[in-house]
Amino acid sequence: MTLPALLIAAIVLTSVSGLLALAVPRRPALGQALACAALCAGAVLGSVAAVGALLAPVPPALTLPWGAPGGALALRLDGLSAFFLIPVLVVPALGSVYGLAYFPQARLGRKAVRLQILFGLVTGAMALVVTSANGMLFLAAWEVMALGCFFLVITHHEEREAQRAGFVYLASAHAANLALFAMFALLARLAGSFDFAAMTGLRAAWGPATAVFVLALAGFGLKAGLLPLHFWLPGAHAAAPSHVSALMSGVVLKTGIYGLLRVTGFFEAPPASWGALLLAGGAVSAVMGVAFALAQHDVKRLLAYHSVENIGIIVMAAGLALLGRARGDAALVFLGFAAAVLHVVNHATFKALLFLGAGAVVHATGTRDMDLLGGLARAMPRTAALFLVGAAAISGLPPLNGFASEWLVYLASLRTVYDLGPVPHPHFAALGAPVLAFVGSLAAACFVKVHGTVFLGHGRSRHAAAAHEARPAMLVPMLVLAAACVVIGLFPAALLPALAGAAAQWSRVAPEALVGPAASAGASAVRVSVTAAALAAVVLGAWLLRRHLLRRGPLGPPPQVETWGCGYSRPTARMQYTGSSLADALVGSFRWAFFPHRRVLPPRGVFPRRALYRATVPDTALERGIVPALAWTARMAGRARSRLLGAVQVQALLLAGGLVALLLWLALGGGAPW
Amino acid sequence: MTRLAAAVLPFLAFLGLSPLLLGAVTRVKSLFAGRTGAPLLQPYHDLRRLLGKQPVYSRTTTWVFRAGPLVGLGAVVAAGLLMSFGGAPALLPFPGDFILFASLLGLSRFATALAALDTGSSFEGMGAAREVTFAAFAEPALFLCLVALVRATGSLSLSGMLREGLPELWRAQGPALLLAATALVVVALAENARIPVDDPTTHLELTMIHEVMVLDHSGPDLAVIHYAASLKLFLFGALVVRLALGFPFSSPWPSLGVFLGGMALFATALGAIESTMARLRLDRVPQLLVAASVLALFALVLLLR
Repeated sequence: MTLPALLIAAIVLTSVSGLLALAVPRRPALGQALACAALCAGAVLGSVAAVGALLAPVPPALTLPWGAPGGALALRLDGLSAFFLIPVLVVPALGSVYGLAYFPQARLGRKAVRLQILFGLVTGAMALVVTSANGMLFLAAWEVMALGCFFLVITHHEEREAQRAGFVYLASAHAANLALFAMFALLARLAGSFDFAAMTGLRAAWGPATAVFVLALAGFGLKAGLLPLHFWLPGAHAAAPSHVSALMSGVVLKTGIYGLLRVTGFFEAPPASWGALLLAGGAVSAVMGVAFALAQHDVKRLLAYHSVENIGIIVMAAGLALLGRARGDAALVFLGFAAAVLHVVNHATFKALLFLGAGAVVHATGTRDMDLLGGLARAMPRTAALFLVGAAAISGLPPLNGFASEWLVYLASLRTVYDLGPVPHPHFAALGAPVLAFVGSLAAACFVKVHGTVFLGHGRSRHAAAAHEARPAMLVPMLVLAAACVVIGLFPAALLPALAGAAAQWSRVAPEALVGPAASAGASAVRVSVTAAALAAVVLGAWLLRRHLLRRGPLGPPPQVETWGCGYSRPTARMQYTGSSLADALVGSFRWAFFPHRRVLPPRGVFPRRALYRATVPDTALERGIVPALAWTARMAGRARSRLLGAVQVQALLLAGGLVALLLWLALGGGAPW
Repeated sequence: MTRLAAAVLPFLAFLGLSPLLLGAVTRVKSLFAGRTGAPLLQPYHDLRRLLGKQPVYSRTTTWVFRAGPLVGLGAVVAAGLLMSFGGAPALLPFPGDFILFASLLGLSRFATALAALDTGSSFEGMGAAREVTFAAFAEPALFLCLVALVRATGSLSLSGMLREGLPELWRAQGPALLLAATALVVVALAENARIPVDDPTTHLELTMIHEVMVLDHSGPDLAVIHYAASLKLFLFGALVVRLALGFPFSSPWPSLGVFLGGMALFATALGAIESTMARLRLDRVPQLLVAASVLALFALVLLLR
């Protein structure tokens, strides 16, 4: 079977997978298993196609006619598409396996059936988004994905939180779509066609090209959750079921990154200002994303803010790649592009793992508030261990995959300072390295807080006391993702040649120019692996030594006692440090950006009976920016409304008049632009 | 054979002499205080004594608590593979190794902080909070120093940055390197929990940072933690000494000797700083670290000019 046929089979199979459950309405468990199997089969087919495309000398492509004006059913699997296609298919497939235990149709009935149908549909639409080679097809698939996600967010549509989150998401998704329609219209105008092939190689002239870039940044930035366009993201991720959050955070956000890379790839020699803007915007997004994450109590909101952070890191890398193209530095192009795409793949694995782990915790305890949890490592040791892998990976710690891609971002950013070639380098980009170090250590602090508060210490409430280990169907997808984190972290060198090929296709730099940088980065990456092996050997050796020492001891097994509390022998779980207190000092240094909601009931009198302190940090962009601005607009619009224009008949007349005027303009102006 | 020995011997010196460095610092401090003080080899005796003891584990702890010291040690030793100690390049140098170096130290901190939280003790939670908070400010300062060094030397590996050309570089770019080295000393003090950031000999749990995180560790686990802490101090000392002295590779044995002499100077300086300075209030520590970042940034600006 040819690669395009495999790809189409994957898209069709995943899109309709959820419908299979309808075939056996009497046996919901079987129906869900069928749907899940179809989604997994689609993921396998699509991944085979993607791997085949990466190995093929020429990107496989397919074009079929389509009735839509300017549209064609054109698919193309170049390196960029292939690298996005694998996580886009695999993460939802693992999510649907997780859903077998987390969101069973047998217990939840129609709600779960609906979720499964949309889950498959969104997956298929995403696969189409990252492989389509026509603007119209892209926009159609994008719209299906955006609307499907809206229905996924409001899965629990009876809850106010989900309604609000869903509404904010829907509004922002439509704003993004509006920007993208305008962007593709402009692009089609510049290229003369909606086909990506015709758009490739456009000159990045001042004016229309800048407009395209700004619109792409707005539309794709809204989808990717780039600060300050991230406002829809925390609410939507928190309100959705956890495997939907994994899907959205792991891969739906990445379609925004894909779009940004795709559109910037169309232009020849993009100006350095584009790269600088992306680098600066990404840095702001990364720092503020992790700062907001530190201030959260809700584990899923916290993870959502970490998506903002990681999207920021990816955008920083993409900006460096664009700077490389602007300066004609092949090595910088390779390092930036490889870092961006590898971090997309890595973030998809560890963020999906973390959301699935958080889902297991929510499922077991019934709360998302970290300060009510604690000590879960005893009741759910496997979940705790797998979550720890994800936590270390997202903090960029070696030898896991987060380090591998962040290491490439560091190298790209430092390349601008140390290499004094014939071209002048944008030295300011070297400041990306300390920014990244700051973000990395804040992320590590944040995950010390999450893992320490949720899984370690004593349980802080009855929620934590009632916890139980996750079911195997939930653990297996997490295990697969954790294994991916470890394998990519240990052998990043294996992926670099394929990334170099994709970078060459994206930037249209001669592939030979990228071989050298890829080989030297690969040689260094092998040494990273060797260091990781040394680390493992020392840990193992020290463990064996300790075991030997403990076995030799004449005193028997080590005694088990209470934790040292300065001699106080009756500690309670409420005396522990909470997640909020752990992060307090760091949150304090970002106080200028936060507008917390506080409820304080201080202890009163000589024998205080009750005291209360509760503070939440809402999203500043949403609460202080978007909502007041929209409220103001609505107020002004209310004032401008006259009674005459408010009548339905007058509105219909205006609409008809406007349409007639537009048609006249088109007819007199010489027909449609295509 | 001699080349292999020249490469391995500094690493073995790192593994073997780190506790001695700690002993030397303590000795200097006791001389300042007018006491005879503990013998130079006291840290070795302490380690041996701890290794022979039976550990006590809290009922609250899990495997994370027991893994913490081991991962901490492994990460610091692996970081040692990337550091060039004098006499020869590192055992495993490569372009970009200093990023792995800093991240490995981050891994050791992550493991220690999680082990602290595993006890459920509010003291250790406090220590973990302080450690991760100060690290967040120390890390950018460290990277700014290293970026300045990358710029000054044109090399992306620690061995390349600290190579034989440093004396000429000091002559050409003295002010910038001095700024970077000063910032590096501040980072070294903060990362190794020394005065003015933390007092390693304090007796009040409420004021500790690093020591309070390991309150519940005992026996071999505590020995591993103390040993890893001395290795980490040696690593940062080596970074400062190599940058400040800058000596040739061509003759490995003399340069190893010079390096060890430099480490003795470092121990003296550290002891002098600890004896003559007071500890900073905890909320002033981030300000100190931001100041170090600013110094390193100035260094970078001077070098980019």
